Amino acid sequence: MKILVPVKRVVDYNVKVRVKADGTGVDLANVKMSMNPFDEISLEEAVRLKEAGIATDVIAVSCGLPACQETLRTAMAIGADRGILVETAEDLQPLAVAKLIQAIAKKEQPQIVIFGKQAIDDDANQTGQMFAALMGWAQATFASKVALANGLATVTREIDGGAETVECKLPVVITSDLRLNEPRYATLPNIMKAKKKPLDVFKPADLGIDVTPRLTLVNIAEPPKRRAGIKVADVQQLVAKLRNEAKVI
Amino acid sequence: MTKLLVIAEHDNAGLKAVTLNAVAAAQKIGGEIHVLVAGSGCVAVAAAAAKIAGVAQVRLADAEHYAEQTPENVAILVQAQAAGYSHILAAATGMGKNLLPRVAALLDVAQISEITAVVSPDTFVRPTYAGNAMATVQSADAIKVITARGTAFDAVAAEGGDAAIEAIAAAADLGLVRLIGREITQSARPELGAAKVIVSGGRGLGSREKFDEVLEPLADKLNAALGASRAAVDAGFVPNDYQVGQTGKIVAPSLYFAIGISGALQHLAGMKDSKVIVAINKDEDAPIFQVADYGLVADLFQAVPALIAELG
Repeated sequence: MKILVPVKRVVDYNVKVRVKADGTGVDLANVKMSMNPFDEISLEEAVRLKEAGIATDVIAVSCGLPACQETLRTAMAIGADRGILVETAEDLQPLAVAKLIQAIAKKEQPQIVIFGKQAIDDDANQTGQMFAALMGWAQATFASKVALANGLATVTREIDGGAETVECKLPVVITSDLRLNEPRYATLPNIMKAKKKPLDVFKPADLGIDVTPRLTLVNIAEPPKRRAGIKVADVQQLVAKLRNEAKVI
Repeated sequence: MTKLLVIAEHDNAGLKAVTLNAVAAAQKIGGEIHVLVAGSGCVAVAAAAAKIAGVAQVRLADAEHYAEQTPENVAILVQAQAAGYSHILAAATGMGKNLLPRVAALLDVAQISEITAVVSPDTFVRPTYAGNAMATVQSADAIKVITARGTAFDAVAAEGGDAAIEAIAAAADLGLVRLIGREITQSARPELGAAKVIVSGGRGLGSREKFDEVLEPLADKLNAALGASRAAVDAGFVPNDYQVGQTGKIVAPSLYFAIGISGALQHLAGMKDSKVIVAINKDEDAPIFQVADYGLVADLFQAVPALIAELG
């Protein structure tokens, strides 16, 4: 059984992004880029399924600039068997990515595609659900536990105020939430090995997909600044302020 | 006149209040507002939706295969109903986020996630980078499929409307998914995402035992949800689902207590939209004080019990 794991190259989660003064975007010059943390969790889950003898191949896919090859090498160092890059300089939005992954899925015929529940740059939380719709597959989003048996995926999902467990027919889309697992670190020998693993490159046109953006970015701005308030001397003053000034208790 | 369709959030027995925020977002866009109720044995929900101020029509799809409102089945229903609507909206909850991207892909349109403001009927503001960059985006699609962040739109009145309820035909049952069980956390405490007050703890608490011993009485006193920084989660004081921050939950309560939390960027990203922030930390240079409305430089192990006593 093949598992496909889409991985996105994003600004590292420890970086404080800076909005460009002209409002055209965020400043990505000399900023550390990493694999989207939720995609790391997806990849870890896929690699564990392979180690458990359930999956045979784990294929990492990334869409974007040539630099996404680094993200794919990281994925292969963690345990993906090979990588596929759909290379484009276009501003890729979730619907376009879902269509690109659909084209790759038609070639590769995976039984499971594990997405991260969202990317920490655009925070869209859309691509997995969109891909599932395009394929007509079941979707088990926000997964915190995955078990596979008898052609069924049993997935525990985080819902508002709790969790639910669903049984999905394969093929299935899973999107990973934080609690699914703790991703491993790539070891140096595995990083070296990953350099030799196969990495194929396509263009959207090779796949026959139109990736023209549907949304235009009009402006990007810093949120209203929060200013530091006051220091209170003791808890008596704190409670008085909360009662009489802020009126929140 | 343009028509908008709001997807009701409900549990078949009652309408979830967050639907009122989604209707409010639809009102900001403007036009005739219809509410879609898809469920099983959910007539009472439709009746409640019909009373929402500003709703012109309720469309009710009552069928057994909508009992769990699986996105696979509901998405094709919404797709079948989409003709004639300029906008389709839902609240940006677990349910709305699960469903609407699927609807958008079926309609071959973009989805606009978690909007916090309406600039015009085709232009919206939404947070990116965990709220550190607010993007204004314009949609070129014929139908705009939108999730709205509840905390950004004041709820419309639940009463005062008198909309007609129209029964509509169910779409097919795809039978792709079967619900095995649902466990709603039976906690006396409010849920982190919906709480008016949140008490969060960080590494400063020192241990799992101290986390519970010090913070639980304060949370009890304030009827607050308990949260934590990533550091506290990584140290094993509390489970992952307590985590407030960029990779955890994004919260915006009326009152947020950050106790023994230094204020790493990743934590600030998850709570800086709170109305009032209180920080208690013994390190007066901790970055949390730069966003706190009220800062108390003190040893939390003395300050928190004193705070509980003072609250009476």
